[in-house]
Amino acid sequence: MARMTMIQAVRSAMDVSMGRDDNVVVYGEDVGFFGGVFRCTEGLQKKYGANRCFDSPINESGIIGSAIGMAAYGLRPCVEIQFADYMYPGYDQITQEAARIRYRSNNDFTVPMVVRMPTGGGIFGGQTHSQSPEALFAHVAGIKTVIPSNPYDAKGLLIASIEDDDPVMFLEPKRLYNGPFDGHHDRPIMPWSKHDAGEVPEDYYTVPIGKAAVRREGEEVTVLAYGTMVYVAETAAKETGVDAEIIDLRTILPLDLETIEASVRKTGRCVIVHEATKTCGFGAELMAVVMEGCFDHLEAEVIRVTGYDTPYPHAHEWDYFPGPARVGAALKKVMENA
Amino acid sequence: MSPKNGSDDKPLELYVPEPEFRPGDKPDFSNVTIPQAGEGERPPIDVPADDIRKLAYTIIRVMNRNGEAVGPWAGELSDERVKEGLEDMMRVRAFDARMQMAQRQGKTSFYMQCLGEEAIACAFSKALRPGDMNFPTYRQQGLLLSSDYPLVDMINQIYSNSADPLNGRQLPIMYTSKEHGFFTISGNLATQFIQGVGWAMASAIKGDTKIAASWIGDGSTAESDFHSALVFASTYRAPVVLNIVNNQWAISTYQGIARGKAATFASRALGFGIPALRVDGNDYLAVYAVSKWAADRARAGHGPTLIEHVTYRAGAHSTSDDPSAYRPKEESDAWPLGDPVERLKNYLIARGAWSEAQHVQAREMLEAQVAEAQKQAEKNGTLHDGPHSSPREMFEDVFAETPLHLRRQRQEAGV
Repeated sequence: MARMTMIQAVRSAMDVSMGRDDNVVVYGEDVGFFGGVFRCTEGLQKKYGANRCFDSPINESGIIGSAIGMAAYGLRPCVEIQFADYMYPGYDQITQEAARIRYRSNNDFTVPMVVRMPTGGGIFGGQTHSQSPEALFAHVAGIKTVIPSNPYDAKGLLIASIEDDDPVMFLEPKRLYNGPFDGHHDRPIMPWSKHDAGEVPEDYYTVPIGKAAVRREGEEVTVLAYGTMVYVAETAAKETGVDAEIIDLRTILPLDLETIEASVRKTGRCVIVHEATKTCGFGAELMAVVMEGCFDHLEAEVIRVTGYDTPYPHAHEWDYFPGPARVGAALKKVMENA
Repeated sequence: MSPKNGSDDKPLELYVPEPEFRPGDKPDFSNVTIPQAGEGERPPIDVPADDIRKLAYTIIRVMNRNGEAVGPWAGELSDERVKEGLEDMMRVRAFDARMQMAQRQGKTSFYMQCLGEEAIACAFSKALRPGDMNFPTYRQQGLLLSSDYPLVDMINQIYSNSADPLNGRQLPIMYTSKEHGFFTISGNLATQFIQGVGWAMASAIKGDTKIAASWIGDGSTAESDFHSALVFASTYRAPVVLNIVNNQWAISTYQGIARGKAATFASRALGFGIPALRVDGNDYLAVYAVSKWAADRARAGHGPTLIEHVTYRAGAHSTSDDPSAYRPKEESDAWPLGDPVERLKNYLIARGAWSEAQHVQAREMLEAQVAEAQKQAEKNGTLHDGPHSSPREMFEDVFAETPLHLRRQRQEAGV
């Protein structure tokens, strides 16, 4: 077993998939010769040839629109959008085309396509390199949205996404590319080589789409988190001493309703954490899921800890970011009447 | 008006193009230059775009006023094949008339005819081979109606009835048939134009021999996806034919709003190094010859071609539209390229291969064919009277496997 960063794990997933299936092609901006601005596709062009891994014009609608055509042909394109913030020109192709082609054609055409995109903040990327647009995908019928929180899951989920017969939005939390980030931005960075989840098999394996993982079992409060926020929540639980059950959703659509419901029914409390803006963020959906499925079991208000409803501010990044102090305060608040 | 900044500069004015004729005006197209049939070179299929720039500004025509096929683009089709083409167009016209009426009778919600544009899809389809793929927009019913796709299935789809091949999920006329080289119509505009390029790239990636054809209207060439398609097609030399159907009108908006008065739609391709040909879209023989040239070019690995089919939308945009509100009623008749069915009929008659009597007979036969198909389809129901597919179908095929949240919603709906 090797130790990998999330970048290496994502690359390994594409490498394994391209090796197993000639129909897998990889392209995007700077993806070919150079290997991507985050280096996720480094070496793939050399290994598989320029007709299976290549640079694209700076045109997200073109990248995704052409990938839809390729997928309809029978390929399995895995395209990169350089930052999630850049996906909007391709959003029409994602939501009105990729999402509905199976449905509207009654299975005559399908779109087995993966759109990879680095998401989230924490790298001083400012408002156009820090966004978390997952709710914009989850709101649309017909696409799956996956957000891994560690290298092992990233590889297994990406292979599963490439093999999936429906379009998958694969959001890679860029702050986690090189190490698990606990939200304490002023402390030394922990690399994946020192974390268990950095252990990644070099060969083929999958992690199922639509299944959450319980990162920490606990009795007092359920924390629903994904991506970067998983480690922030773990840290907050440690620092407050609250016996939290931390659920890493891994896939936000389809959502693992059963795991969420079982946990909240057990703990009777729930804190929801994400980095994206609050209003109509995915946390609103999670709160509704908890209300619909667990209302009779709740012993405290459900609280969301999220990014604020502002653009991602450059200089004030760490005031915006929902770090362990804010998550910890929420944990204490739901425990007040315990 | 006095200059606002106190300088001597003339105040700027926004230019908004206007069509020459509005309701009440007498349309007169005598100032529109229509090149003689037979003019325009026929280059080799590996020609660089720059060497045939003129073809992006002229109109390639084959049939002259005497019904003769002339010039370098003539002589492609036997009389038998031309007769088939004529019948294809007449089938489309009969089908459109019947379905237009069916919508008026309340049997469906919506219909779009392609009156006056029949030659384009009908002739183009003959330039493709089995396995090739069209990425059509909503006025290419001629692609299916010139193939062996069953008329009854088309009407079942239009009626969204219990035998609708799309299970009642899609607007009328948004057909799908992979088997017949017809990609699922979106209902959005322009999205399919780049998808066709991607499909063609896939064929090249796999080392196959199939080609794609993308379709778009004059109005939606203004969409970004049109330009995305040209960029990708040009960069990767995709084996694709990019078709613009310029029927002069995008609902009520005349073509000058998408084009300005600066250039032709075809010439948009020249900046991408893509050969561009402008063809008389009401001339079946010219459309076929140019389409075949472009398809041969794609198949031989020389890359994309852009074709602007110049035509006129003789009918309303859809059953929800009334063109008398924005263009003169006489404009269609005044349009200088004539009627594609009449022109091909005259060509065959001039060759002694067809007669008025045969034409009437063929029309009656095709009308009867369509009426019979309609009768069959109505046994499966109509939109307003049903029966439809089961409401359970609403929840199927959102994904390959129906996830828990949808299964719960289906249970809640009780279907």
